[in-house]
Amino acid sequence: MKKVMEGSMAISDSIRMAEPKVISAYPITPQTHIVEHLSQMVADGDLKAEYIMVESEHSAASVVLGASACGVRTYTATAAQGLLYMEEVIYNIAGMRLPVVMTVANRAVSAPISIWNDMQDSMALRDSGAIQLVAENNQEAYDMHIQAYKIAENPDVMLPVIVCVDGFVLTHTFEVVDTIDHIEKVREYLPPLNMQYKLDVNNPYSFGTVAEPSIYHEARYNLSNAINNSKSIIVNAANEYKEMFGKYEGALIDPYKMDDADTVIVAMGSVLGTIKDVVDELRESGKKIGVLKVRSFRPFPSDEIVNALKNIKNAIVIEKAVSLGKGGILSCEIRDALYQRKVNSVNVNGYILGLGGRDITPQNIYDLIMKAEKEENIDGEFFGLNNELLNKVF
Amino acid sequence: MLTNMLTKEDTHKQMFTMGHSGCSGCSQTMAVRLITEVLGKNTIATSATGCLEVISAKFPESSWNIPWIHSLFENSAAVASGIEAALQITGKKEGITVLAQAGDGGTADIGLQALSGMFERNHDVLYVCYDNGAYMNTGYQRSGLTPYDAFTSTSPSGKISFGNNRPKKYMPEIAMAHRIPYTAVASVGYPMDLQKKVKKTMSIKGSKYLQVDVPCTPGWKYEPRYSVKIAQLGVQSGLYPLFEAEYDKIISVKKIGKKVPVEEYLKLQGRFKHLFKDEAGKAEIEKIQKIADENIERYGLL
Repeated sequence: MKKVMEGSMAISDSIRMAEPKVISAYPITPQTHIVEHLSQMVADGDLKAEYIMVESEHSAASVVLGASACGVRTYTATAAQGLLYMEEVIYNIAGMRLPVVMTVANRAVSAPISIWNDMQDSMALRDSGAIQLVAENNQEAYDMHIQAYKIAENPDVMLPVIVCVDGFVLTHTFEVVDTIDHIEKVREYLPPLNMQYKLDVNNPYSFGTVAEPSIYHEARYNLSNAINNSKSIIVNAANEYKEMFGKYEGALIDPYKMDDADTVIVAMGSVLGTIKDVVDELRESGKKIGVLKVRSFRPFPSDEIVNALKNIKNAIVIEKAVSLGKGGILSCEIRDALYQRKVNSVNVNGYILGLGGRDITPQNIYDLIMKAEKEENIDGEFFGLNNELLNKVF
Repeated sequence: MLTNMLTKEDTHKQMFTMGHSGCSGCSQTMAVRLITEVLGKNTIATSATGCLEVISAKFPESSWNIPWIHSLFENSAAVASGIEAALQITGKKEGITVLAQAGDGGTADIGLQALSGMFERNHDVLYVCYDNGAYMNTGYQRSGLTPYDAFTSTSPSGKISFGNNRPKKYMPEIAMAHRIPYTAVASVGYPMDLQKKVKKTMSIKGSKYLQVDVPCTPGWKYEPRYSVKIAQLGVQSGLYPLFEAEYDKIISVKKIGKKVPVEEYLKLQGRFKHLFKDEAGKAEIEKIQKIADENIERYGLL
C-alpha cells in the first residue's frame, strides 16, 4: 500500500515486518525517530519483541550480540558517535559471525560536533566485516532492511549488515513509500532464523574463544571470504525481492542512463536523487552522461564497477566522507579496482561534498560536472569551500 | 554438592572441567567450578576478557560443559542482558540461569557502565565478579579493586611509595545502591558459604550480584598451597567482609569469631612485603588494620 511516510517510519515499519525478537536502542540524533516508532509498536503490541533501552551504544550492540548468539533475530540503530562507540562490538559481532541487522542514520562525526548528515561514521566501520548497504530513498530504505535480514541470515554469510540511511535527508523526510500489505509474504521471503551454532543448554558450544597465531590468520581469512562471497547473496536477495514484491533498486550497483554515456557520476545514498535530476536535464540537452549508484559499499563490487565504467571517459565520484591524510574513499577504491583490472582509459576524479549536512544543490552538481570534465587525477578535493572560513580553528 | 576429593573422571562431569591452563593454585578456577557445580547444566554463561576466558577456551579446546560466550572486556553484563532477553521472548527462560562473569577490572572499572545498566533494568542474571584485586591477565596492573598499599606493576612500591595509595572501591555497595534483589560477597576460603549463596540466587528473579574473593598466586606473590588459607585470613582479618543483602539492606554477615591481625594476612603475600622492611611500613600496616577494624565495625563482623 502506498503511504506518505517519514524515512524513519518506513524503516521501523519494515523492521516490524521482519519481526526481530530483541531490539536494543540508545538515542542519538538522527536515529531517534526509528527507535521511537519501534518502541511504540512494541508498546501497542504490534511487534512482539523485547525492547531493551540500554545505557549506551556499546551495550546496545552488546545486547543484540548476546541475543543473536541465542539464535534470535535482532535489530539496533545508531549514528555518528554512537556508531564509533559501537565499533569494537561490531568487529566482534562480525568475527563471531552473528547476523545482526542495524541501521546507521548517517551523520558527521565530532569535532566540531555536527548532528547533520554525511557518511564519515559508517566509513569508519568499513573494515569491520559488517556488510554495508546504502539506501538512496525511503522506498529503498524500506526494502533494503528486509533484504538485509535475508542476506545476513544466509548460512553462507552469517554476518552483520549495516543499512546506511542518510540522516535527516532520509530519516526525517516524508516520501511516498509502497509498503508490503501482508506479513505472510515477508515471512515467505524471510523464513525464521535457523542458526547452526547458538547458545543452547541442550547443545553447549563455546563462542568467542582465544585464537593463537596458528589459528587467527585463517579465522580472519574465513571472515574475509564470507564477506567477499556475500556478493552473489546480495544479488539474489535483490532479485528474489523483485520477484516477490516487484521492487528493485539495484543489487551491488545500479546504473542509470549509462548506455552510451561518456561521463558517469558515481555516488552513494540520497545525493543520487539530486544527481539524477541534473543528469536528466543534461540528457535533454544532448549530453551523454549517466549515473552509477554504489549500493553495496562492503562487499565492494570491484568487478561490477569496472564493468560498468570501463568504456567511459570520465568518472566523477561524489562522496560525503574523507579519509584524512589520504583523500577520497570511494574514488580511491574505484581507481584501485580499475588499476587492478588494467583499465587505464577512465579519468577518475573524486570530490568531497556536503560534509556535516551542507546542502548539495543541483547547481553544485552541475558546476562540478563542468569543472571535473576538464580535470585529471583529482583525489578527494573539497568542493564548494567558503574561503572566509579557511584557516580558522573551531 | 561439595565433594571430598574429585577424581579425574569426576572433573569431566563438571560444568567447568579440567584441562584449562589456569596457574597452579588458581583460586578463580576453584570459584568457577564451585559456582557452576551449583548452577548445573541449565546455565548459559558469559565471560569478560581476562584470565578466565584465556585459560578456559583456547580454540579448539574449551573447559565449558555449558554454553559459554566471551565477547569483550567491558560488556559481559550487556551480552548477558541480550541472552536473557532472547530467552524471555522465546519462552525459554524458565529453569535456565544466565551467568555473567568478569574479573574486578571487567566489573568495577571498564565494565561498570554496562553492569549498572543491567542492574537498573533488573535483568534476571547472576553476575559474578571474581575479585583478585588487579589486572592479573595482563601482568598484575592496578584496578579499582586493588587493596590499599598492594604492590602491582602499575602501583609499585618505591622510595617514596608504599604501592597502591587508594582503598578498594566498595563495589558490593554500588550494586546495592541499584536496589537489585540480591547482593552477596563470598570467598573461595569458604566454599560451603559460596555455594549456599549461589544456590540462593537460583530462586531469586532479577539481577543478582556476587563478588568472590579469589587470591591469585602470581599476582599476590605467594606459594600456590596458600590460596585457600589466604582467602580465609582475608575474611578472618576483616579485610574481606562476607555478607548478603536484599535490595539496599544487609540481611546477614559471616561472623569472624576471633579477629586475626591483618599482619597475619599480609605477611604471606609478596605484594605486601615492602611493608615489613622498616618502621614506616609498620605505620602503613596500622593503617590497613584500621581499614579492617572499620569493616568489622561497619558490618558487625564480631
